[in-house]
Amino acid sequence: MEQFKSPQNQNNKTTQVKKEKTSLLHKFRGNLRYQKYLFVYTCLLLPIIFYLGIRILPTLFTFNVGFRDWNLLSTDIQPFVGLENYVTLFQDEIFIKSIFNTFIYILLGVSGQLLFGIIVALLLHKINRFVGFFRVIYFIPYVTSIVAISWVFQWILMGNGIINDILVNLGFSAQPFLNSPDQAIYVIIAAMIWQSIGFQMVLFLAGLENIPEMLYEAAEIDGATGWQKFWYVTVPLLNPTIVFSAVIGTITFIQVSFTQVINMSMDGSGGPLNSTISVVVYIYQLAFKQFDMGLASAATVILFLFILALTIFQMKVLTKKFDY
Amino acid sequence: MFKKWQLTLLAILLSVVFAACSSDDESSANQEDGDITLEYWQYSFDSKVNLMDELIAEFEEANPGIKVKQTNFPYDQYNEQVAAQVPAGKGPDVINLFYGWVPTYVDAGYLQPLPQDAFPHEEIESEFFPLVEATKMDGEYWTIPTSVRTLALFYNKDLFEEAGLDPNSPPQTWEELEDYAVQLTKADGNGRLEQSGMAWEPAQQGHHWLRDGLTLQAGGQVLSEDRKEVVWADTPAGLEAFKYWLSFPTELGTSEQGFYTDDVTAFVTEKAAMNIDGSFRVGTLQSDAPDLNYAIAPLPGKDVQSTNASFWTNGITARVEGEKLEAATKFLEFLTSDDVMERWLDATGELPAKESVAMQDKYVNDEIYGPFIESLPFANAHFFVDETRERDLVIDAANRVLMEGQDPEEAFNQLVEATQKLYDEYWEK
Repeated sequence: MEQFKSPQNQNNKTTQVKKEKTSLLHKFRGNLRYQKYLFVYTCLLLPIIFYLGIRILPTLFTFNVGFRDWNLLSTDIQPFVGLENYVTLFQDEIFIKSIFNTFIYILLGVSGQLLFGIIVALLLHKINRFVGFFRVIYFIPYVTSIVAISWVFQWILMGNGIINDILVNLGFSAQPFLNSPDQAIYVIIAAMIWQSIGFQMVLFLAGLENIPEMLYEAAEIDGATGWQKFWYVTVPLLNPTIVFSAVIGTITFIQVSFTQVINMSMDGSGGPLNSTISVVVYIYQLAFKQFDMGLASAATVILFLFILALTIFQMKVLTKKFDY
Repeated sequence: MFKKWQLTLLAILLSVVFAACSSDDESSANQEDGDITLEYWQYSFDSKVNLMDELIAEFEEANPGIKVKQTNFPYDQYNEQVAAQVPAGKGPDVINLFYGWVPTYVDAGYLQPLPQDAFPHEEIESEFFPLVEATKMDGEYWTIPTSVRTLALFYNKDLFEEAGLDPNSPPQTWEELEDYAVQLTKADGNGRLEQSGMAWEPAQQGHHWLRDGLTLQAGGQVLSEDRKEVVWADTPAGLEAFKYWLSFPTELGTSEQGFYTDDVTAFVTEKAAMNIDGSFRVGTLQSDAPDLNYAIAPLPGKDVQSTNASFWTNGITARVEGEKLEAATKFLEFLTSDDVMERWLDATGELPAKESVAMQDKYVNDEIYGPFIESLPFANAHFFVDETRERDLVIDAANRVLMEGQDPEEAFNQLVEATQKLYDEYWEK
């Protein structure tokens, strides 16, 4: 480091002396610090170019495709149809159903995730022994393949599966679970929550570690009950974690509702009777089963606006500044 | 000045970026040495891929100057992969497609009609089984198959014996099938199925069985001659077939959707005694369940016999022209030659698409393939405008009855109406 510093300082001095003369080019040529920045920025720029090409430009292109009658297999010019795709979508029962389902997935799924994540984190925060063991146990589902989990759930929950055996032995009637349009979506949500508890747990544990112990002590001196300590100290100070978890949870929920639904629904495409179909699954069907890129893109744009609105809402409503 | 290592790193990063952007030029260099390279695509199915490699080697030897390159994609991603190559202007010259997808591809302008001088219509119609007409549209044949598959009844001989049924006389009529299914079913005290007499899965072959099997057997039709009207409900036969089909999971209580996850798993694990499945399943059964003691019989019929047929079929894509088109035509002629058809059956278990090849004694009398080949003359391949959606409509109709208690007649009429809407949309274009 020392070697680098000394010539840099010298250079700085020389540029200051010849201040009036230096053009931008001279600055770059003569100044090691600028060169260093140039290098760093160039390195940072490369991923940005990549990001632009892979993410941003295709996203913008999607807006364009959404306004066209775009058959995926066709090589002809794709005619501009204005808002027709959007009109078709909003008259499409299945699309409306998929929006509604996505809403349920997020509402129940994310709140369930947060709730169980906090509970597990609080419990783990209290114990001193076997902490590592429990963390591993709770985290394992998160790093297990979704496809594998989905199929195991299918076997556990089928008519002759172990859960129904238990139910029948306890004197209840066997349940159809994934074969029922009324139950399937909740079964899938439960599987998704179970899988993501570990991830939420880690986030909340980190959040809990950051709450200074003295606040609890002060609260205790003031005579606060356990519940009051939780509600007035823990929750407000966990707020940033909760917001982060909610936003990330929502976005991942929208994404993974694809794999889970494809693998757990009985016909592999959001059944029975479209009761488990989510917007992403429907977009996939529109694009790659029906080859209608126009409709699929329009649905993607709607999903994009949906996520955007939801995220802004979450940031605005959930974020509060607490200072103790 | 830049440090040497910094410059090197920059250079490497930049060259990676440029390399990623510029590797596009190779494909156009195909014809350099006078050779024509045909790009052939089919889905990944080991026995088919291996056989095709052999066939390509022979074809190249017999036709110097033509090279064929085979590319494979998994079945699930096949359409996606094809679709992804279209905007890039790449893709196959000769493509192997499921026949149910062909109308969509034709509609998108992806294929060109088969050249009539090499494949005259009279010749196709006299030599091939009539079911290949499923891909004849706008007066043109767009594709031609090497092989076809039919559905038949698979039954477990051991379970037949256990139930006191003769394993050498499988059910032949609707009534017998009902009767056998009931006798082969076991349930526990709580009404839960322990063994299903008849596997029943609309999402698998069930919807084909309903359309091309039961409906035609009862004397009905699904589509009008011109394929524009859904005439399924015009005669009572359609509803009769629909009700009979649904009687297995309802009145008879012999079947359950999703029983041991799906029909094939249930049959392989001996939890289902009978299943309706295609000749394409024979290979899977041989490899996954070598000890399974099963036999195959033609589908039980009613007034007439009928079964479903389906096929993977070869077409030439729209942009192929000139010398390349000639080469592609030659390749197709080779793929539909009698010799290739026989080898295709031996290697993949798919049945020859030409009547004269299929109906040879050695095949008709084969224990495994005989029943499938026997069914070929009365096999029917439904013309799909959109296979996935038509399938989903049948599944939904069944589920409305099974799960929501809808009246079968109402469900059936809704199914017909919704299917008609698909056809209207398709023909409108």
